[in-house]
Amino acid sequence: MADLTTTAIEGRTRARVEWLLTAIAILALIAAPFFLYPIFIMKMLCFALFACAFNLLLGFTGLLSFGHAAFFGGAAYFTAHAVKEWGWTPEAGVLLGVVGAAALGLVIGFFAIRRQGIYFAMITLALAQMFYFFCLQAPFTKGEDGIQGVPRGHLFGIIDLSSPHAMYYFVLGGFLIGVFAVWRIVNSPFGMILKSIRENENRATSLGYSVARYKLAAFVMSAALAGLAGAMKALVFQFATLTDVTWQMSGEVILMTLLGGIGTMLGPIVGAGLVVALQNYLATSEFPVTIITGAIFMICVLLFRRGIVGEVYARLARGNSGKAS
Amino acid sequence: MTMIFGIPIQAFLGQLLVGLINGSFYAMLSLGLAIIFGLLRVINFAHGAQYMLGAFVGFLLLSYLGIGYWPALILVPLIVGVSGMVIERLALSRLYDVDPLYGLLFTFGLALVIEGAFRYYFGVSGQIYTPPPQLSGGTNLGFMFLPNYRGWVVIASLFICLGTWLLIEKTRLGAYLRAATENPILVQAFGVNVPLLLTLTYGIGSALAGLAGIMAAPVYQVSPLMGSNLIIVVFAVVVVGGMGSILGAIITGYMLGLAEGLTKVFYPEASNIVIFVIMAIVLLVRPAGLFGRDA
Repeated sequence: MADLTTTAIEGRTRARVEWLLTAIAILALIAAPFFLYPIFIMKMLCFALFACAFNLLLGFTGLLSFGHAAFFGGAAYFTAHAVKEWGWTPEAGVLLGVVGAAALGLVIGFFAIRRQGIYFAMITLALAQMFYFFCLQAPFTKGEDGIQGVPRGHLFGIIDLSSPHAMYYFVLGGFLIGVFAVWRIVNSPFGMILKSIRENENRATSLGYSVARYKLAAFVMSAALAGLAGAMKALVFQFATLTDVTWQMSGEVILMTLLGGIGTMLGPIVGAGLVVALQNYLATSEFPVTIITGAIFMICVLLFRRGIVGEVYARLARGNSGKAS
Repeated sequence: MTMIFGIPIQAFLGQLLVGLINGSFYAMLSLGLAIIFGLLRVINFAHGAQYMLGAFVGFLLLSYLGIGYWPALILVPLIVGVSGMVIERLALSRLYDVDPLYGLLFTFGLALVIEGAFRYYFGVSGQIYTPPPQLSGGTNLGFMFLPNYRGWVVIASLFICLGTWLLIEKTRLGAYLRAATENPILVQAFGVNVPLLLTLTYGIGSALAGLAGIMAAPVYQVSPLMGSNLIIVVFAVVVVGGMGSILGAIITGYMLGLAEGLTKVFYPEASNIVIFVIMAIVLLVRPAGLFGRDA
């Protein structure tokens, strides 16, 4: 009994500490554009959300999608087109991007969930590559040039987003909503079922859950959130190009999640921050980023599969159990 | 001029030949992937990079050491195969106990490093590798003009695929291999050195990719990016065929190459995606793949 109460108290303190840290992090993000280059942090936020959305699938449902760039880059195209050609307001454009990515997720997911494990990864990769060729040839994406000079417009028709700070808080809002959505999904009864599918798919089926439907739902949600990230990125940089739908982009988001820690809430955010910072740092040098990216991949897989955040959690847990005994 | 389906027969057969050539490479590459996957349970994402490596090693042998095409046909697979075995020993062998997805991610990283390094040193522009004098020129078959080298690629790849299939189905080594695929622990208990078998298998798979690379060098340009786009198509081929059977991988490779060639004749816009479309249809009708055994 005594043990139970101490763990309960420990759990409560830990929860309180986590809330406190989250609050501090949000305050820091609100203050950040006054100290750092807003475009840079916006880029980090977009990729962090992208990685969180991807992690919803890999970390919490156990499905490795090798085609998430289709949703990220696809949404960027949809939003850019709606805002530039149809004169939609930014929030409507972003909404269209999210809905479009979700629809794309429904189609790709429908085919991909028919196979498991390694085949799932190959099918998503192939279908995303098909979408890449579609984007390369479809007239509305403007081929190799991409959609350039996308106006940021006025939020709700009132707030001018051409100012970096206004745009920053718009992106921060989208990021927080997206991450909250992931957190909420993971910690819901629905999320529990997803985790049970990750742990033992056959057992989940035998318990009467329609595994295919849950997987598809998770896939669509993940696609929609990746779409939110891509849509915001299109507005931040004011263009949508083929780069965001390539398989390299799908690889990048895997790297961010793997580096940060698969299956942790914080991991993808840390991983995305590190990878974006690294690319920014290497952008001016001649040395190709892919060599570094590839090397980090190999090192992560061989030496720390839990990722940075996962490794920290594991150390903390070991420390606690050490104290107890 | 003779017409077939409203298309000049020359153009029709020409595209069919291109399809057959592409199909030869799909078949050789998916064969290697299937062999590696069968025993190691690893999807070798670096297969495309090893194919590129094969083409480049051949190109470098020729331009720096003056070693021509025929010796390169032996040397290149050896070099690529041995480099594969080193990687298997040092890294991949540590990943057999964890989720197979990690093998995919590791080889993906490896592919990025190999391709990045070649891009850094050679740029993205393609290098020309001239076919050997014995195979230059072409033959007029009456109904069409066949470049000799292309004819050689089709015939040689058929023999290579057949040879590999015989190696696996009819030899003692192949028997060990198939047995270890079914039950590695039992085979080890019988005194077969299974870890060595795994290393050898990855070596054979890599060597096949390298061999495909040197054969492809005179057909396509030798460029650091030649493998990365191909590997995604080959993945689709593997999904269509199902990796359960070696022969299935070979047949599917040729079939899809031909399908791609035919699409180029009738609806060129879709030729990039036709293999993916076929993959989607097969997933609907027969999720396990045409020759697949696993559900």
